[in-house]
Amino acid sequence: MATAVSPAVPHSPKDYASDQEVRWCPGCGDYAILKGVQKALAELNASPENTVFISGIGCAARFPYYMSTYGFHTIHGRAPAVATGVKLANPDLDVWVISGDGDALSIGGNHLLHLLRRDVNLQFLLFNNEIYGLTKGQYSPTSRRGTRSPSTPQGSLDTPVSAGAVALGAGARFVARAVDTQQPKLIQALKRAHDHQGTGFVEIFQNCVVFNDGIFTEFTEKAVAADKQLHVEHGKPLRFGKTGEKGIRLDPTRLTLEAVTVGENGVTDDDILVHDETNKVLAQMLVALEPPEMPVALGVIYCQPTTTSYEVDVYAQIASVGAQSDDLNGLLRKGQTWEVLP
Amino acid sequence: MSGQTTATPTTPAGAHEVRDRVVIRFAGDSGDGMQLTGTQFTRETALAGNDLSTFPDYPAEIRAPAGTTFGVSAYQIQFGSTEVLTAGDELDVLVAMNPAALKVTLKDLRLGGTIIADTGSFSERNLAKAGYETNPLEDGSLAPYQLIPIDISKLTLDSVAEFGLSQKEALRSKNMWALGLVLWMYGRERAATIEYLERKFAKSPEILGANLAALNAGHAYGETAEMSGTLASYTISKADVEPGLYRTVSGTEALAWGLVTGLKKAGLERLMLGSYPITPASPLLHVLAGLKQYGVITFQAEDEIAAVCSAIGASYAGALGVTSSSGPGIALKTEAIGLAIAAELPLVVVNSQRAGPSTGLPTKTEQSDLYQSVYGRNADAPLAVVASATPSDCFETAIEAVRLAVKYMTPVILLTDGYLANAAEPWLIPDTDDVAPFPVAFRTDPEGFQPFLRDSDTLARVWPKPGTPGLQHRIGGIERSYDSGNISYDPANHQRMTETRAAKIAGIADDIPLQEVAVGESTGKLAVVGWGSTFGAIYQAVRRVRDEGYQVSHIHLRHLMPFPKNLGELLAGFDRILVPEMNNGQLVTMLRSTYLLPAEGLNKVTGKPFKVAEVADAIRSRLEA
Repeated sequence: MATAVSPAVPHSPKDYASDQEVRWCPGCGDYAILKGVQKALAELNASPENTVFISGIGCAARFPYYMSTYGFHTIHGRAPAVATGVKLANPDLDVWVISGDGDALSIGGNHLLHLLRRDVNLQFLLFNNEIYGLTKGQYSPTSRRGTRSPSTPQGSLDTPVSAGAVALGAGARFVARAVDTQQPKLIQALKRAHDHQGTGFVEIFQNCVVFNDGIFTEFTEKAVAADKQLHVEHGKPLRFGKTGEKGIRLDPTRLTLEAVTVGENGVTDDDILVHDETNKVLAQMLVALEPPEMPVALGVIYCQPTTTSYEVDVYAQIASVGAQSDDLNGLLRKGQTWEVLP
Repeated sequence: MSGQTTATPTTPAGAHEVRDRVVIRFAGDSGDGMQLTGTQFTRETALAGNDLSTFPDYPAEIRAPAGTTFGVSAYQIQFGSTEVLTAGDELDVLVAMNPAALKVTLKDLRLGGTIIADTGSFSERNLAKAGYETNPLEDGSLAPYQLIPIDISKLTLDSVAEFGLSQKEALRSKNMWALGLVLWMYGRERAATIEYLERKFAKSPEILGANLAALNAGHAYGETAEMSGTLASYTISKADVEPGLYRTVSGTEALAWGLVTGLKKAGLERLMLGSYPITPASPLLHVLAGLKQYGVITFQAEDEIAAVCSAIGASYAGALGVTSSSGPGIALKTEAIGLAIAAELPLVVVNSQRAGPSTGLPTKTEQSDLYQSVYGRNADAPLAVVASATPSDCFETAIEAVRLAVKYMTPVILLTDGYLANAAEPWLIPDTDDVAPFPVAFRTDPEGFQPFLRDSDTLARVWPKPGTPGLQHRIGGIERSYDSGNISYDPANHQRMTETRAAKIAGIADDIPLQEVAVGESTGKLAVVGWGSTFGAIYQAVRRVRDEGYQVSHIHLRHLMPFPKNLGELLAGFDRILVPEMNNGQLVTMLRSTYLLPAEGLNKVTGKPFKVAEVADAIRSRLEA
């Protein structure tokens, strides 16, 4: 699985593809995400030898095999922990974690929580298809209540978890959302996550053609997209609709967001909230918007820039204890010793 | 053994005696500071030139209800002028700070032994809590012993009166009063203790003053009592030991320093310990956290699984990944250890074993994770296993674990236990320049590179470090094609890879020393075979029985997977094989199944180490049968 020496300055998405045949189901959203990631890396001019993709288990977890970078396909749910070890051993590596809704939010939920609160400098991509694919179609932690699956023939009973709310709750400083097939916007979100110091958390709505086909159509279908997608951009009004006629207004009496139409019921441009990606309260309200009543917020929902991250602080602490030493004999002789004379 | 060498039925008060070895236990409430008292006495004893061995024994509860028997914390030390390898079978001196301590430990005191009891704590309430109906200090039940009742509580309060502490705070110095007295009894200095207290309480002058005053008052009490003829004092000559520079070392310290030495000998830049707190393994995390200037990174993970996974990630990135836990935590790491076996990455897994299963007896020692280490994973998942024999041996076994991990690109389980982790002994400090280096050669050449290219001798795969140009590759837990590492579901390939993984570990047998005999001849009627922390008890027992004229040998195993390649032949030269273990029979089963030998077990699972006498009795019974 070795890769020939890559060009000094790779610039084509193809330079980031491995020689391995991609084995996802035909029509799987993962193909589009793979293409998007390869394009994003090309635009970032990422160095393949300095880039590491780490995954757990699941359909998405095969991702590293298809990249020409370094890759480690680990065990179910544990990719954040493996990735943390990689960053601690070598903070210079550019690490991407590839995960799914079961991997990240069920078996690996604990690791995701701690990765985010530590704020390790890497990118975390959560491929959310609301189903277990590789184990043949059981409902997942993001499946909607009532999902019929082989393990829930009468419908699932658990309330789904919101990936965005979990991430913000865990202390993520960067939360973005994208749709698998919306390439330019997906690539933009990936690049923003990459530029962020700390964990760049990106939830990607990914269609599973075999076990959960069309689960996101209520907001991804072309016919409804304009009315059901809110593409947020820092400093710009939260507008949506075919002509941007709709917008998001804060109802201060109920402390909730409401969808309004400019020009109707006395709503003016000034009533529409302007997106501030550094506002955590707003971010929490945006990730909670759900169809059919409300549009789904997409783009960089929250970004609280910082100049440091976990592994940087770890190395600062190491540096603070003084110069590195190889003096083993000195170490063994620290403290109380005594000489026994011949 | 102490009973044999020191048993004088009664020690005349006021006398001065010469002894060759003594066993003391300090016992009190878990809040009484017995561990600190024991540690300081150990330090002063080491400085006085005696050989020694210690056994801290404390409850799982941090502060169990005061005065109860389950809250008793104890620290035992054997020291002497001859070789000391265990903390001693029987106590010569018991320092009992309350009735519960007396109740729990009296059974370990030899007949005629000395009891120093704090009469001030033998209140009706405390007596009742300990389950005494009458006061043992007054009802004559202690007649077979030499009882020295002293109101340590009151004398401590008197000695610290000037510092204006509350009664509760003032009484916390009574362990120092007791320490002062015992230091006087054995002619020990107080300097190291004073220095320690000055450091510990630098910011609280009153507490420091009280502790020093209590320490000195206890010592002065001894001198006065000697003059009045109510207390005996003893001289224990210096042990005849190899000349050189010494220190006391606990198993945990030795292990941490061994890992760092292994790191440097491997020529690696970083050691990354991923760990999650668990008794009795946490002290290794604490010690390594203080060694950042020696290339150590410590990561307190969110759980045991993250701990081992972070270490695997570190190894993947070119550092030495280490994880540390105790049996229940190792169980949680199992799947990830399988990943490291599959991906063929170096990993050192330290298991400070404790009594189990499940939570078991967290603070009590056992060596019952041998099966778990050797066999305890899904699928055919071989790895190397080594075990430490003594606190100072942890230094050497840690280096060996690192050597095998990086040379064979494999996880190595290093077995210690709760006893080794906490026990301390004097250590002739080695010169680390004498430790042979085993430098890692990372793969850097892209020409002909495949991630699973193997060394033809060791069968270890190459170690390519991410960040190296031209070596980009993908590995993982799915079965890998023999060379390329690409995903392979080919049946013949899986057969070949399974056999190769097994052959790689089996081949380590060619790279470890042949098994030697620790004591005795290399053939004979009986071999006593042990591993781990039972070393001291078995060694002393075999020597004792040999002194009585029996023919018996002691064989101690450091390498448990694979076994040294001459082990089968060596064992076949004995008529009988006895395997003492602090488990229900694990090594004995491995030896029987590996070599088809009629080995028999001697098993103890009380949470306490073997007594020399127990092993010696077993040996005699086998030889007399």
